[in-house]
Amino acid sequence: MSAVTDAPARLAVLASRVRAEEKGILDALEQRRIPVEQVDPRRLSAGVGAPVGPWSLVLNREISATRARYAAVSLEAAGTPVINSAAAIGTCGDKWLTSLALQRAGVATPRTVLALTPEAAAEAIERLGYPVVVKPLSSSWGRRVSLVRDPDAAQAVLEHCAALPAPQAHLIYLQEFIDKPDRDIRVVVVGGEPVAAAYRRSAHWRTNVAQGAGTQPCPLDDRLAKLAVATAEAVGADIAGVDVVEDRDGAMYALEVNAGVEFAGLQAAHQGRVDVAGVIADLVARRFRDLTKGGAG
Amino acid sequence: MSACPECATTVPTGAGLRPSELVECPACRSELEVLSISPVTFALAPEPEEDWGE
Repeated sequence: MSAVTDAPARLAVLASRVRAEEKGILDALEQRRIPVEQVDPRRLSAGVGAPVGPWSLVLNREISATRARYAAVSLEAAGTPVINSAAAIGTCGDKWLTSLALQRAGVATPRTVLALTPEAAAEAIERLGYPVVVKPLSSSWGRRVSLVRDPDAAQAVLEHCAALPAPQAHLIYLQEFIDKPDRDIRVVVVGGEPVAAAYRRSAHWRTNVAQGAGTQPCPLDDRLAKLAVATAEAVGADIAGVDVVEDRDGAMYALEVNAGVEFAGLQAAHQGRVDVAGVIADLVARRFRDLTKGGAG
Repeated sequence: MSACPECATTVPTGAGLRPSELVECPACRSELEVLSISPVTFALAPEPEEDWGE
């Protein structure tokens, strides 16, 4: 591994866009006296068989899912451990791979179907029943996620998908709609430990903060904590934003995992009583110190 | 001086500014990206791309 050298260990945080989250993490690492380099992945390139950079450990906070994934793959290929791992980023960045990972781990998740064409999706929707949620395989912030309530709406959405130029857009991810209250739950899990949870409330059925949902503190009881930790573990994410919905009977389902979790809304909900950036910095600092001691990477 | 590249207004900057941090121009409300710290320079922040997110 790259840590077994005479050169001093170096830590990098990859980020092309420094949001409150990245700023908080960088500040927290410096407060812990961890020397850290802020690296803009827009300026990185990787050669086959060549080091990507001089770092011993990289925290990947890149906002572009594509750059985040290929940076992680390239760094790991060169022997540099990355948090989250390339495998975790790949799984979390693909809703179908996430669903398969959750199913394999026995984590409760809504009924889900991947249709390989819009035509196959039309038939699958009839089997799943209405309402049904249609999602792009890889999107974030609730973009292009549709709640389809009847065959007319299904036809319109599927025609739009078919007209999109990217072949991946013709793969249709369908999910049973969970009749949730006006909220879902975001749980942040770091290093296998649940950190905090927040309700995300909206009058709209989509409850993404990026879509305008508000946040409130959510009690992190044992059942929710276990579900979130099992979900993060299922996708192999060291740092995870786990999205959970409850149905009207109180049953809980994991929906997806965000490998580059945004947590400013959750922290605001807890009015400073939760320090997610600090918890992430503690995890990174532990891993970094293990490397500097010549421990496992 | 740290001028907004859109409207040329001087954008106030505080301590602890970091490269690639986002700042809003107080005059034209453009979202700006910090290009450099010493001296502080800005560019218009890039528009969100399809694969941006969490």
